[in-house]
Amino acid sequence: MKIKRYGVAAFALAAAGALVLTGCTTGGAEPTAPAGDPEAIITTNGSEPQNPLIPTNTTETGGGKIVTSLFAGLVSYDAEGAIEFDVAESIESEDSQHWTVTLKEGQTFTDGTPVTADSFVDAWNYGALYSNAQSASYFFDNIEGFSYTEDSELTGLNVVDERTFTVDLVAPEADWPLRLGYTAYFPLPEVAFEDIEAFGQNPVGNGPYMFAAEDAWTHEEKIDLVKNPDYDGVRTPVNGGLTIVFYTSQDTAYADLQAGNLDVLDAVPDSALATFEEEFGDRAVNQPAAIFQGFNMPFYLEHWGDDEEGDLRRAALSMAINRDEITDVIFQGTRQPASDYTSPVIAGWTDSLEGAEVLEYNPEEAQAKWAEAEAIAPYGDTVLDIAYNADGGHQAWVDAVANSIANTLGIEAVGKPYPTFAASLDDRENEKLTGGVRAGWQGDYPSMYNFLAPLYRTGAGSNYEGYSSEEFEKLLDDGAQASSVEDATALWQQAQEVLLTDLPTIPLWYSNVTGASADTVDNVVFGWDSVPLYTEITKG
Amino acid sequence: MPDSIDTTTSKPRPEHFVAPLEETPLEAIDTIKAEGKPSNLWIDAWADLRRRPMFWISAALILIIVFVALFPGLFTNEPPNSNCQLANSNGAPTEGHPLGFTRQGCDVWSRIVHGAATSLSVGIIVTTLVFTLGVLFGAFAGFYGGWVDGLLSRIGDIFFSIPYILAAVVIMSVLANYRNVWVISLAIGVFAWPVTARVLRSEILRVKNSDYVTAATAIGVSRFKIMWAHVVPNSIAPVIVITTIALAGAIVAEATLSFLGVGLPTNIMSWGNDIAQAQTTLRTAPQVLIYPSIALSLTVFSFIMMGEVIRDALDPKARAQR
Amino acid sequence: MLWYTGKRLLQVIPVLLGATFLIYFMVFAMPGDPIAALYGDRPPAPGVIEQIREQYHLNDPFIVQYFYYLAGIFQGDFGVTYSGQSVNDVLARTFPVTIRLALLAIFFEMVAGIFVGLVSGLRKGGIFDATGLGVSLVLISLPIFVIGFVAQYFLGIQLGWFSPTVGAGAPLEDLILPALVLASISFAQIVRLTRSSVIETSGLDFVRTAYSKGLTRRRIVPVHILRNSLIPVVTYLGTDFGTLLVGATVTEGIFNVPGVGRTLYQAILRGEGPTVVSFVTIMVLLYLVVNLLVDLLYAVLDPRIRYA
Repeated sequence: MKIKRYGVAAFALAAAGALVLTGCTTGGAEPTAPAGDPEAIITTNGSEPQNPLIPTNTTETGGGKIVTSLFAGLVSYDAEGAIEFDVAESIESEDSQHWTVTLKEGQTFTDGTPVTADSFVDAWNYGALYSNAQSASYFFDNIEGFSYTEDSELTGLNVVDERTFTVDLVAPEADWPLRLGYTAYFPLPEVAFEDIEAFGQNPVGNGPYMFAAEDAWTHEEKIDLVKNPDYDGVRTPVNGGLTIVFYTSQDTAYADLQAGNLDVLDAVPDSALATFEEEFGDRAVNQPAAIFQGFNMPFYLEHWGDDEEGDLRRAALSMAINRDEITDVIFQGTRQPASDYTSPVIAGWTDSLEGAEVLEYNPEEAQAKWAEAEAIAPYGDTVLDIAYNADGGHQAWVDAVANSIANTLGIEAVGKPYPTFAASLDDRENEKLTGGVRAGWQGDYPSMYNFLAPLYRTGAGSNYEGYSSEEFEKLLDDGAQASSVEDATALWQQAQEVLLTDLPTIPLWYSNVTGASADTVDNVVFGWDSVPLYTEITKG
Repeated sequence: MPDSIDTTTSKPRPEHFVAPLEETPLEAIDTIKAEGKPSNLWIDAWADLRRRPMFWISAALILIIVFVALFPGLFTNEPPNSNCQLANSNGAPTEGHPLGFTRQGCDVWSRIVHGAATSLSVGIIVTTLVFTLGVLFGAFAGFYGGWVDGLLSRIGDIFFSIPYILAAVVIMSVLANYRNVWVISLAIGVFAWPVTARVLRSEILRVKNSDYVTAATAIGVSRFKIMWAHVVPNSIAPVIVITTIALAGAIVAEATLSFLGVGLPTNIMSWGNDIAQAQTTLRTAPQVLIYPSIALSLTVFSFIMMGEVIRDALDPKARAQR
Repeated sequence: MLWYTGKRLLQVIPVLLGATFLIYFMVFAMPGDPIAALYGDRPPAPGVIEQIREQYHLNDPFIVQYFYYLAGIFQGDFGVTYSGQSVNDVLARTFPVTIRLALLAIFFEMVAGIFVGLVSGLRKGGIFDATGLGVSLVLISLPIFVIGFVAQYFLGIQLGWFSPTVGAGAPLEDLILPALVLASISFAQIVRLTRSSVIETSGLDFVRTAYSKGLTRRRIVPVHILRNSLIPVVTYLGTDFGTLLVGATVTEGIFNVPGVGRTLYQAILRGEGPTVVSFVTIMVLLYLVVNLLVDLLYAVLDPRIRYA
């Protein structure tokens, strides 16, 4: 038993390089400067949650940062993405497949009811149930009893006693505990199941913050949270609360920060990328985040098939893109050229994969490869387009990438804007793209696996362009079932080497999180998920 | 104007007046003063226009813009969309690149020159569309009245009550894969015509009871012919004015759609696109935003000014005011 | 008058049906599955999307969806947004904000426009007249988003004279800058209308009579000239109010105003048929009512006009 316990801890260690997990981590990160008014309210930017605040139905960032503030899961993530036990006292397994979870004593929801094993099992069952149509339902698909097509109970969840439950997975998964800080795995109080819609408007949680009052959520405007006095975990706030103001434009949020109406901003708009570091000095944040960006050339396009010609052309494209220049000029150094398929904040990230030279700008080699492909079948004067959704601020870099390709390979390349994400999704799903398409991924939880499986496994939800490779999948599965973290990492890196030869996605860069804070606040640290660790911010 | 304003009831009708026969001999009435200059609204207006500097300034500006749009090659050797080097991003002017470079490192001057055609085409196509639809709907509604008026005016209300920018956003989204100058013009124009129709309709209501209409009817000219040959030409003046201004409006609308992210694709040069893109570098490289804005505003300005001058020239009251 | 009002109100019905049908159809024709798009790069299990489509009747033919919607409206229920909020709530939240913004903008353009128009008209051909006309022409030549960003950056951020964005609850002082930007579009129209109206009125007999009676200019200008010149301006302001209620999409977006324009624009992009049509319904109603009021006001201001 102990062995696997430390297996989990080793994962955390690999990521954080510093933290040792013990059975009873409380009050984890001591704030370095506990100065500041414990009653002060921090204001920050956000966006209107898409759905009522039900953890299993919150998979977007707007609602995510609120739900994470309102609830505490079995574990939570520190700034580096390492896990710390939050509600859990221990999470143990001998075979990575059958897990036993024990909760700390004396945890309560803000309505006074205790946080029990049932709070988790019921919440997870609710989230997984087919007819509840929860957006995060697929997070439970590795638990025994899950079904994608009909209502079924998660038979793999069994309550042992008030504070203990067991989880049976369908297959071993070494880094399963890494997932458990994600919103989908939060507990729900009994009151939630009486009227889940109403609960979503006025949620009762067990996290560091709680609603300031009934109806503290003013739709499309803001949400007011205050410190939850009963929370006793690793994320105990040193401030009095959190007001999240909803913006539809980053420019507006930035203007508010400049005008002193906002304490903390976690997304600097394009228009200020060149100036924000100068303007905010050491109050500016520009650090790697768990966001990977690239673009896909669909295999169904003529000349881009899963064959020698396609491989040559993809490699040529990849080497025709001057990533350094684009990240420098367009993004002002707020992106970092990619060297693998994960992200620098993820344990196991590397810049020394075999075949990674395909990600380096090399015009001669790019032209040579393109010429080689031309010998197989001439490309003609087809315009190479790269599709993107115009509502996401992608135009500048897509145009720059297209220009880089055009200038290097001497072909015509342009960006192809779709007005909305829906429209681009439609053409992707129906295989009606006429060229490349932007592809991006932000990690749900800090694991390499989360950057690979949902995107490149045959039939996976986000594998829109239908990539399929037996070799890749074998390595992926072997890694998931590996007995040690080192083995898993090594296997998953090998899996990425397969991707580098097939290039189902041509990696471009990792996004940094860019943010800044006003001089009213101190100790602003951004987490691995690009969200500031609100509980540690001091003010006044 | 309100639908059915009855302005006659309260106006005292003049007593029926008969000129004494001996004062004006019949022959005198029948004589036409052939050596006198013929005079009608258009001739008067032209005479007035010729004397206005504002007319000549705006006419000259419009001619220049049209010339640039037709022959961009005479003004720049640089093709607009190729050879954009990021190394030049937001660069200052250099030899052969008088206005510097955009964020993508493209030549600003050449983009402005090549963008003129797009803005003008959108302006002209939208205006033609708006004019055609507006005149058709307005003429039939105003001249025939009754249920025709009721039907056509309600159709006009339907299109008028949906703000045309929002309608254009939807249309551009629907036709996302076919975005070009024609489609964007259609998107702007198809909801913009009711204003024209309304103006023409109320003008026709004013004109259609004139003596010459009665006379034409009396000599057996068909209603349809009367409408097109007499009523519409005599009511068209205010329509011409708002059409000139609508042309300016269409050019702005194209830019606004680009700003909202549903404009023309980037490989079609358009000032709106360039302004929208330059927005992000307003703080660091304002010149990239300012030059296409000046081009756009100058074009819009010259058409609006032209509209204003024509309006004054066609309105005898305004002429008297000067 | 009563008969006229009744007739006008009856005409609202076909316009309302036509406009909602048209906009519903256009939104329906937009490419893409709005539900799938809600989830961005992280698609949920396929069954999830299917069930939610079912819930919003999105799998039904267009005409059926439209009738579902109409049936709801007749019961006073505008439906539910794709994020689960009642559209009634969204309407109740956004319209007051936009109405406030529009009134403020109207106030600004009225005060500035009438003042400039009056002075220009009284001293036509003078330097003030020429400058006023020039400035107003330049203002209408600039796209609103250029004016908006420049005003926000220079007046809001650099100089700090105004709040650059609109905070929670959209308090009046935050709305000043966006209202000024909105007012800049119609300013030119009002200047022009007031100016020509003032010139026309100044030449009328009763004004000459007033002068010859020995009344002072101070009395004649406000009492005789201005009051009688305002009819076309009031008419214009009425229609402009309607335009401002819906046409503030760009300005509301730039200044983060939680009003109709911004919400509607986003609903369009999300392909949220029910929300879009609900907004359009209310807009069309408001618009028609405002138009009717203006026409009636016209009769009140000018007793020569009678409605039959």
